[in-house]
Amino acid sequence: MTEASKNQTLVHYAAQIGDNSLIMGHRMSEWCFHAPSLEMEMALMNCALDLIGQARELYSYAAASDNSDRTEDDFAYLRDEQDFRNALLAELPNGDWGDTIVRLFFISAYNRLFYTALAKSKDSELAAIGAKSLKEVTYHLRFSGEWLIRLGDGTEESHQRVQQSVNNLWMFTGELFTMSEAENALLKDGISVDVATLRADWDQTVSQVFEQATLSIPDNDWAQSGGKTRGHHTEHLGYILADMQFMQRRYPGCEW
Amino acid sequence: MTSPRKNPDPAAIWAILEQVKDPEIPVLSIVDLGIARAVNYSDGGQLEIVISPTYSGCPAMYMLEQQIREILTEHGLPDHIITTRLSPAWTTDWMTEQGRDKLRAYGIAPPEKTSHNKSVLFGGQKKIPCPKCGSDNSEQISEFGSTACKALYRCLDCKEPFDYFKCL
Repeated sequence: MTEASKNQTLVHYAAQIGDNSLIMGHRMSEWCFHAPSLEMEMALMNCALDLIGQARELYSYAAASDNSDRTEDDFAYLRDEQDFRNALLAELPNGDWGDTIVRLFFISAYNRLFYTALAKSKDSELAAIGAKSLKEVTYHLRFSGEWLIRLGDGTEESHQRVQQSVNNLWMFTGELFTMSEAENALLKDGISVDVATLRADWDQTVSQVFEQATLSIPDNDWAQSGGKTRGHHTEHLGYILADMQFMQRRYPGCEW
Repeated sequence: MTSPRKNPDPAAIWAILEQVKDPEIPVLSIVDLGIARAVNYSDGGQLEIVISPTYSGCPAMYMLEQQIREILTEHGLPDHIITTRLSPAWTTDWMTEQGRDKLRAYGIAPPEKTSHNKSVLFGGQKKIPCPKCGSDNSEQISEFGSTACKALYRCLDCKEPFDYFKCL
């Protein structure tokens, strides 16, 4: 790989991780004014804030590695659907409280393993972002894991509904462990994380919490994919971007 | 021959930084919080302030940077750079003892010092002493409080709800 193409791969890699954080953070922020109680609302907004903060760090790094005058805002506001490489799981609608908690739990369990590994990256900036983010996502995992147990091992209705959330979201979890082109390309130099190897630990975290929550893991192991590797998204991402990017598209460079 | 040195002593710079307060917890300065990490002069005499964000998404960071710029400029030091350093990641262990006392007096329970169970998935919740009456008999109301850095507790003796500056 030439130095220039290596830099471009790094840009793609940092942006790809940032896409997961931004889209997930944006989804969580949609709970503002809608959460079941004030405390839950603050919890979700704090998680959203962490995720958006992580996205900013990753996009800033992508922008700095890019040989152009792009900034973090260009990555968030001026790219189209097919440029985003987030996992489909992050862009799915919030659904009910159970859907939101299950999704946050699946992603946080993944993020904890991912950032633990990224903290050891040979790229010092990615390693720094990894170590910082790890502290935050560990907290998200505890919050969502405790709620999962409360809902799963709660009333008959809460159990039934949260099990349904699990069944619906399960086929979107496999994509988290597929390797993108950028991930494969940077693996040899110890820059990217081999996410395929995280699967076993993730399964263990999930079964541990599911056992306490009296939930069962669906036996369907077919995985929906395409967002992370090819930019083929569900119809939901377009609506998120329309909402999020409108101001910058309509008033380029606007600030407040 | 020594060139005349206009640059104030780092200790003087630290004293100036003491005046920059956290907008969410105005009793704490960025020095108490451990956000201000270093005051450096380059070989050319360029002043550099190194700061570390508390949380990735802390909305106060931008404002703090501006306040640092303003106060240094007011003190005749308009020529400085502010560098954000992510590694090592900020930890509540960097909060000064003085900062912890100020927090307690302000009604916020200070963070517990590092414990080994911080990274445990579901580490048992520690009993946090109530900053009002000192009783350990407290319980957590919410994992997240009014800002990213706080959790919400309630004292079961004096019945007061209080913020706990959580351990990170």
